[in-house]
Amino acid sequence: MDCKKDVIPLMHHFLDGDISREDETKLRKHLEQCSDCQKHFHELKRTISWIKNAEPVMAPVDFTQQVMQKLPTEKKHVKYMRWFKMHPVITAAAIFFILMLSGAFSAWQQDSKLTVSKQDDLIIQGDTVIVPEGVTVDGDLVVKNGNLKIEGTVDGNVTLINGKLIQDQLNGEGLMASVGEVNGEFKKVDQVFEWIWFNLQNLFRGVFSFE
Amino acid sequence: MDVVIRDKIKQVKKGDQAAYEDVVLFFQNKIYQHCFRMLGNAHEAEDIAQEAFIRAYVNIHSYDENRKFSTWLYRIATNLSIDRMRKRKPDFHLDAEIAGTDGLDMYSQLATDEKLPEEEVQSMELQSYIQHEINELPAIYRTIIMLRYLEEFSLQEISEILDIPLGTVKTRIHRGREALRKKLRHV
Ligand SMILES: [Zn+2]
Repeated sequence: MDCKKDVIPLMHHFLDGDISREDETKLRKHLEQCSDCQKHFHELKRTISWIKNAEPVMAPVDFTQQVMQKLPTEKKHVKYMRWFKMHPVITAAAIFFILMLSGAFSAWQQDSKLTVSKQDDLIIQGDTVIVPEGVTVDGDLVVKNGNLKIEGTVDGNVTLINGKLIQDQLNGEGLMASVGEVNGEFKKVDQVFEWIWFNLQNLFRGVFSFE
Repeated sequence: MDVVIRDKIKQVKKGDQAAYEDVVLFFQNKIYQHCFRMLGNAHEAEDIAQEAFIRAYVNIHSYDENRKFSTWLYRIATNLSIDRMRKRKPDFHLDAEIAGTDGLDMYSQLATDEKLPEEEVQSMELQSYIQHEINELPAIYRTIIMLRYLEEFSLQEISEILDIPLGTVKTRIHRGREALRKKLRHV
C-alpha cells in the first residue's frame, strides 16, 4: 500500500465515518507499522479538534431587531388577535370599558329630561323636585337633570345628578343642617365622568351583591 | 429545541410575525457566522444574513415541514452569499476546481500560500492563529469545514445546503482538512 495514494484517503474516509470494516482493518494495520502515517493521522485529528475549538462569530447585537423591522407587515387581524390572546384581562377590561363608555355617554345625552326615581308624595315644580315637609321617602332617591329641595325626610341614599340641592336658608355652608332629614348618604353628580363612575359603581354593586 | 422551532414555524406560516422573532434569535449567530465564513467580512455578512432571514420569512410557505428547517435556511444564506461573491468575481462557482489542485498531489497544493513571519506567530494567541489559518482557506473549503465541524451537519446535509454532489463534499472536506493540517502541523 502506498502511503500517500492509498493510506491517506483511507484516513479521510475513516474521519468521515465512511469506511468499510475491511478498509478500516487495512488502515489500522498500516498505522501500526508506519510512523509517518501515524504522525499524519495524529495531525489530522489534532487539526479537527482545533477547528472545533474555533471561536464562534457572533451576530451584531441588534441583528434580530433589524431583521424584524425589515419584514413586510403582517395582516392586521392576526396582530390584533395575538395581542388579545396574550392579554385576556386587559382585553376584557377594555371591551367592558368601551361598552360602558358608549352606553353611559348615550345615556347621558338622551337623559336630559328630569327624572325622579320615586314619584309618590313628591312635588315637581318646573325643574325642581320637592320632598314636602312631613313626607318620608322610603328608600333611595335619585334625581336626574333637576334640582332637589328636601323639606321632609328621606330614609335612604340621595343621589342628585346634574342638578342642585336647593336650600331654604341661604347660609351656604351648613348644607345638611339646612335640608330636611336624609338618613343615608347624600351624593351629587355633575360631571360626565362622575356620571360614568356612578354607573360603574352601580354595576359593580349589581355584580357583587346577589340581591 | 427542534420541537420549539417547528412550532414557531407553524405559527409563522399562519401569519404570526412575532413568532418569527424567536426563530431569528435562535439562528442569528449560526447564519451570520456561516455568511461571515463564506464572505470573509462583517459588513457583507450582516447584510446577507439579514437578507437570508427576510427571504426565508417571505418564502416560508415553500418550506417543507418534513425537512430540517436549518438546512433550508442555510441553503438560502448560501445562495445569497454565492450571489454576492459572484458580484465581486463573476466566474465564482462553489463547485469549481481550484487550478492545480487536481491529480495526485491535490492535498499538497492548497497549503502553499504565504506563511506568517515566525515572531508574529508567537505573539498571536494560538486560538486566533488557528482562526487566521482557517480564514486563509479558500471560501469553498472554509465553508464546508465550518459546516461540518462547527455546525455539525452531516455530509449529506452539507450536500443539500450547498447544492453540490455528496462526492464533491467528501473531496472538499478531505482537501480542506489536509490543507489545514499542513498549515497547523508546526504549531
Ligand atoms: Zn504509511
